[in-house]
Amino acid sequence: MIAVSLHVAFGCVALALLLRIIALDTMVINAIALIVLIGMIGGNDTYFEAALLLAMVGFVSTIAYCKFILRGDIVE
Amino acid sequence: MSVALDLVITGLILLGAAFVLIGSWGLVRLTSTMERLHGPTKATTLGLGALLAASVVFFQAKLDVWTAHELLISLFLFITAPISANMIAKVHLHRLRTGANAEQDSIAGSPPPPDAEGDWATFEAPKPGNPAATANT
Repeated sequence: MIAVSLHVAFGCVALALLLRIIALDTMVINAIALIVLIGMIGGNDTYFEAALLLAMVGFVSTIAYCKFILRGDIVE
Repeated sequence: MSVALDLVITGLILLGAAFVLIGSWGLVRLTSTMERLHGPTKATTLGLGALLAASVVFFQAKLDVWTAHELLISLFLFITAPISANMIAKVHLHRLRTGANAEQDSIAGSPPPPDAEGDWATFEAPKPGNPAATANT
């Protein structure tokens, strides 16, 4: 039951990975979801370090992109 | 592993997957930027939150290891998702659009240039003498 649901979820998130800043943000979120699901399918809990790092880098890149568009400068 | 635990994990995984899919589909379907903001925020909080909770229960039940990384990730995402959404909305309000749907002025006006005086806030406090400044007094 868990295996089937894991593969259904994998299909859903992979389908969703198909605009600009919001698209970048959503893409990072979906990539984190994919990494978590791969970790659960493989039964390996070292994937979560990667997910945590991707969450941090994704947030910083979104903010930097927003700030660049808004101010024309990232570090003022 | 008991059937009840299996049901809980399966339910959380399917709930999270459904919300991530709905959020991304909303990004495709909705028309304006402000509407499009709704999709990814729900995908972040509900979808990834449910997936990470499922993974905590899964690893606890299956491998008998307690991992706190998922809780760290969900805490971090819950803190950063509103900030990203706020920044995206701010860019949308200030941005000058060109191209097919050209607009003369952005909704909130252009932001102050980097070296000038001005607040980071999108809508600053009303200037003295402005009718809005005396509205609440």
